[in-house]
Amino acid sequence: MKFWIAAALLFLAAFGVAISGVNEYFFFAAYVVLTAVTLATAWNILGGYAGYVNFGPPAFFGTGAYTAVVLFKWLGAPLAAQIAAGAAMGGLLGFGVGLLTLRLRGIFFAIATVAVVFIMETLMINWRYVGGATGLQLLRPPVIAPFETYARMLFVVAAFMALASVAVARYVQGSWIGRGLRALRDSEEAAEANGVPTLKLKLFACVVSGALMGAAGAPMPMYLSFIEPASTFNLSYTISALGGSIIGGMSHWLGPILGALLLGTLQQIITVTISGEVNVLIVGVLLVLFVVLAPEGILGLLKRWFKASSK
Amino acid sequence: MALSLRIRDVAAGYGAVRALHGVSLEISHGKTVALLGTNGNGKSTLMKCVMGMVRPTAGTVVLSMENKNYDLTRLSTEEIVNLGVAMVPEGRRLFPKLTVEENLLLGAFRRSARGEIGRNLSFAYEAFPVLAERRRQLAGSMSGGQQQMLAIARALMSAPKLLLVDEPSVGLAPILVSHTITKIKELKEKYGLTVLMAEQNFHQAIRIADCGYIIVHGEIVFEGKTVDDLEQNELVKNYYLGSTV
Repeated sequence: MKFWIAAALLFLAAFGVAISGVNEYFFFAAYVVLTAVTLATAWNILGGYAGYVNFGPPAFFGTGAYTAVVLFKWLGAPLAAQIAAGAAMGGLLGFGVGLLTLRLRGIFFAIATVAVVFIMETLMINWRYVGGATGLQLLRPPVIAPFETYARMLFVVAAFMALASVAVARYVQGSWIGRGLRALRDSEEAAEANGVPTLKLKLFACVVSGALMGAAGAPMPMYLSFIEPASTFNLSYTISALGGSIIGGMSHWLGPILGALLLGTLQQIITVTISGEVNVLIVGVLLVLFVVLAPEGILGLLKRWFKASSK
Repeated sequence: MALSLRIRDVAAGYGAVRALHGVSLEISHGKTVALLGTNGNGKSTLMKCVMGMVRPTAGTVVLSMENKNYDLTRLSTEEIVNLGVAMVPEGRRLFPKLTVEENLLLGAFRRSARGEIGRNLSFAYEAFPVLAERRRQLAGSMSGGQQQMLAIARALMSAPKLLLVDEPSVGLAPILVSHTITKIKELKEKYGLTVLMAEQNFHQAIRIADCGYIIVHGEIVFEGKTVDDLEQNELVKNYYLGSTV
């Protein structure tokens, strides 16, 4: 109950800020950060709970984005429909990828998911309808009241999606599904011996994770009013998803939120104040530092700190 | 509600390696059956065939319960667990990074077991008080003996009727082996279980067994209808009781 009240308050706050006089740039930056929160939260359902490291977020994200473009160009579908379709296609891709790759473990699964990114990118490069390699300029429909600009509206949409994906992750974590996923992360054979339907659970995690990433990608074409394969299927989305989870902590739904907020905000600040190249460097350094010094992320650090101070 | 397990001519293996060559054995209701053999003779493979974790290439594994027969070679592990078969795997196979309580809850993952979960959890804590004290502790941080207790308690969480115990003595000090074996007998009587126990510690196993089989190189070489049969057998004397030929 507390969670839902907090989520509703956060959403109302986002809405309030969006119709206030805050500087336009804030919304451009915050949209990217909130999308990173959604990606990291979605990634963590399979990567954190089940321990299957997925390097394919760009494939799911891009599938969502291109689904939105197709629906928009073909039917002029509204944003909500684009997002729903993006989620559906992301989930479908998750199901397909899951069926083909979830029997692989560890590094082999990770490599297979990288391949999915290249397959999807190649497909889009060769598809004329969505602009091929040169991309496609999109004429955005007028923005919906009470928002004054697209950035403001999409900021609220991104806030809603981030909250929704956190709610899903939180539900999964507390349910029997989450318990089963943690079990198979710890020991797949033991989980099976206990009657945990490991393959079904992994498939479920793959579908849910893929659907949320697909939804996260769907508003991107409207945000940029442009789509193009190289940046849509960019492996930097893997970094935000995976990095956010690792830096935040993968054992709890709070982890990816903390990690993605920190990483995303830092990236935005550095890109503006220093440069885009330094930004990539900082992400790398942060990841190395966390993997070596705090493998359980910010959450692990907080836990240690609370334990020490309670003694 | 009589239960029996009949294994007939089961052959199984891993790739080109044949682990079982036509094994037959029978477990009747309420009995503790010992499956005796040293390492690498196919005990664990046979256990896994019963659990649906290894598919036999030939033969049948039939569980009879309430006048119904179930061919376990055609069912998935989840379905077999649902029927009331549980296994304590060799080397315990706990979830080391999960807490004791979460390990226990995972033993009741099947929907059919979730309804009774509160009751079964309190049974488990009653049977193993040490687990109640350590419920919030990570399973991997406990001693070997405690881990074995947890593995047994976890298997009981699904309220099984047939319990498979694969080498409970592995990696335990002699005194703990003795405790574990005694505990298995105690639980069997308390819950009316039927038990199939694979062991290489002959002395300990026959303390609680009603009858037993000796498996060598994937074949049953001797069937002892009683414990005396087993103790008097020449093979046993040579291999397990240390008398020289």
